[in-house]
Amino acid sequence: MPAQIPDDSIGIITPKTQRFDEPLILRSGRILESYELIYETYGELNSDASNAILICHALSGDHHAAGFHSMDDKRPGWWDSCIGPGKSIDTNKFFVVSLNNLGGCSGSTGPTSINPETGKAYGPDFPIVAVRDWVRSQKRLADFLKIQQWAAVVGGSLGGMQVLRWSIQYPERLRHALVIASAPKLSAQNIAFNEVARQAISKDPDFHQGRYMDHGVVPKAGLSQARMLGHLTYMSGDAMKEKFGRDLKADELSFSFAPEFQVESYLHYQGQKFSTQFDANTYMLMTKALDYFDPTIDHDGDLVKCLSQAQCKFFVVSFTTDWRFAPDRSEEIVNALVQADKDVSYACIESENGHDAFLLPIPRYLDVFGAYMQRVESDIPAASTGAVIGAQS
Amino acid sequence: MSQALNNLRPDLSIIQQWVKPNSQVLDLGCGKGELLSFLKAEKGVRGYGLEISPDKITHCIKNGINVIEQNLDAGLSNFKDNSIDTVIMAQALQAVQSPDVLVDEMLRIGNQAIVTFPNFGYWRTRLYLLLKGRMPMSESLPYNWYDTPNIHLCTFKDFEQLCHSKGIRILNKTVVDDQHNEHWSIGLWPSMLGETAVYHISR
Repeated sequence: MPAQIPDDSIGIITPKTQRFDEPLILRSGRILESYELIYETYGELNSDASNAILICHALSGDHHAAGFHSMDDKRPGWWDSCIGPGKSIDTNKFFVVSLNNLGGCSGSTGPTSINPETGKAYGPDFPIVAVRDWVRSQKRLADFLKIQQWAAVVGGSLGGMQVLRWSIQYPERLRHALVIASAPKLSAQNIAFNEVARQAISKDPDFHQGRYMDHGVVPKAGLSQARMLGHLTYMSGDAMKEKFGRDLKADELSFSFAPEFQVESYLHYQGQKFSTQFDANTYMLMTKALDYFDPTIDHDGDLVKCLSQAQCKFFVVSFTTDWRFAPDRSEEIVNALVQADKDVSYACIESENGHDAFLLPIPRYLDVFGAYMQRVESDIPAASTGAVIGAQS
Repeated sequence: MSQALNNLRPDLSIIQQWVKPNSQVLDLGCGKGELLSFLKAEKGVRGYGLEISPDKITHCIKNGINVIEQNLDAGLSNFKDNSIDTVIMAQALQAVQSPDVLVDEMLRIGNQAIVTFPNFGYWRTRLYLLLKGRMPMSESLPYNWYDTPNIHLCTFKDFEQLCHSKGIRILNKTVVDDQHNEHWSIGLWPSMLGETAVYHISR
């Protein structure tokens, strides 16, 4: 519990839910007849709705990016280090929108929601959604909020992929794209990690082909393993060495198979915590969305041609020890943007924290992120007021 | 334009004359983006700067300059042949690992290139070595021999020799003195009187 809300926090936030009844035709060809999106907003929308920022979340993220839901919350939202009054995304200047994506398990329609056709939870019958489907649903949320053009769309990791998709799917609907710790598509190695995670979940006896809710159980062991695997790929070897080394929980070796190194118990803790909070079908679905993402698929595999459609300016950020979404993956995006003659800036932040770095308050990161957001602010068009026009003539 | 020009570092104000309006520029070691800012505002030039200093990168971003974090010593293979009108490198040639390779790369990527570097044949430098018998230090070369980033210092003649051996054409050249001013008297004996060399080259 925060004893008191810090000055640089957006404070207590209440999520909102919006229902959409226009059917959404998915990349898979399946149709979602209606759905709900849960979202939060921080800051004030200006009179011409030109200061709005969209936050796109990563694999296990949700709509709760900043602030607290109640004074009982142990932790603020997942990107509180970057969003708040005076922070890199300054809520005194911007109106920030953060939603839970379709297929999620935090309030937007997903596998744990009731399927209107059956009256039961969708479970594994929830359609596999693609990044472009999320972006289409996000655009409908923008329409509902009467935001004609985002000042910026911002995201890290899988969130960065949504940002790239925005830039080519609705080029006129954003002025800036901030793509952080991301990639133009997953590598074979990344897909392999995801498949191991999915196997861990689907081989759990409690998984029941995804119908675990019908059996009143949760495939905790599988979900926990999947999270442990994911978690260790988000850290760097150096960070693990620094944090745990070969430290033991007890004073001496036990010569048993129980977890006894600190790093083991840390991973177990992370896995178990996650397995009680996250839905296994959502995890399966989100990793598939990651695997399927390849915006060049409609452009002969040519990233330059693909990104040529964009009209916005880009800021790309990577982190030196991130090996899951390594700097050279970000540089692929940067190089394609240069060849497509787009405005782009790129920073590669020195950090020991692997992929996790994009969520952490690293001084240089916050600094350069904030600098770019100043540029986003300076590109907000001056509000047109009818009164001024008549004055001179 | 004249006010903006007056605010520009003198070697940069020489460089800008050789950049065509509305063309595309790549600035290697762009610093805080002073030149690119000027070229963008006054000549409608589009461009990118490469830089490795975090503070300078942040500065560029605040100034609305396209800046890409990239170490020149790691090469420029990510830029395509003939993809840029003018490739510029101001006061960085002497600090890179392979100046000869980089000059080749500049002319592979750009139709033309502009290079500036401190002249090691400047009279004060020569006199320093002659009288003190130690590696010259000055306001523009303030480092000790063991901690200097300037690992490949050269004179005008050295650079021209390099261009000659590579068949590179020198389109224009000029020098500025220790006040960074272009002055007629320097022209009498540039390799001795010019402190900074400014070369405009192409294939």
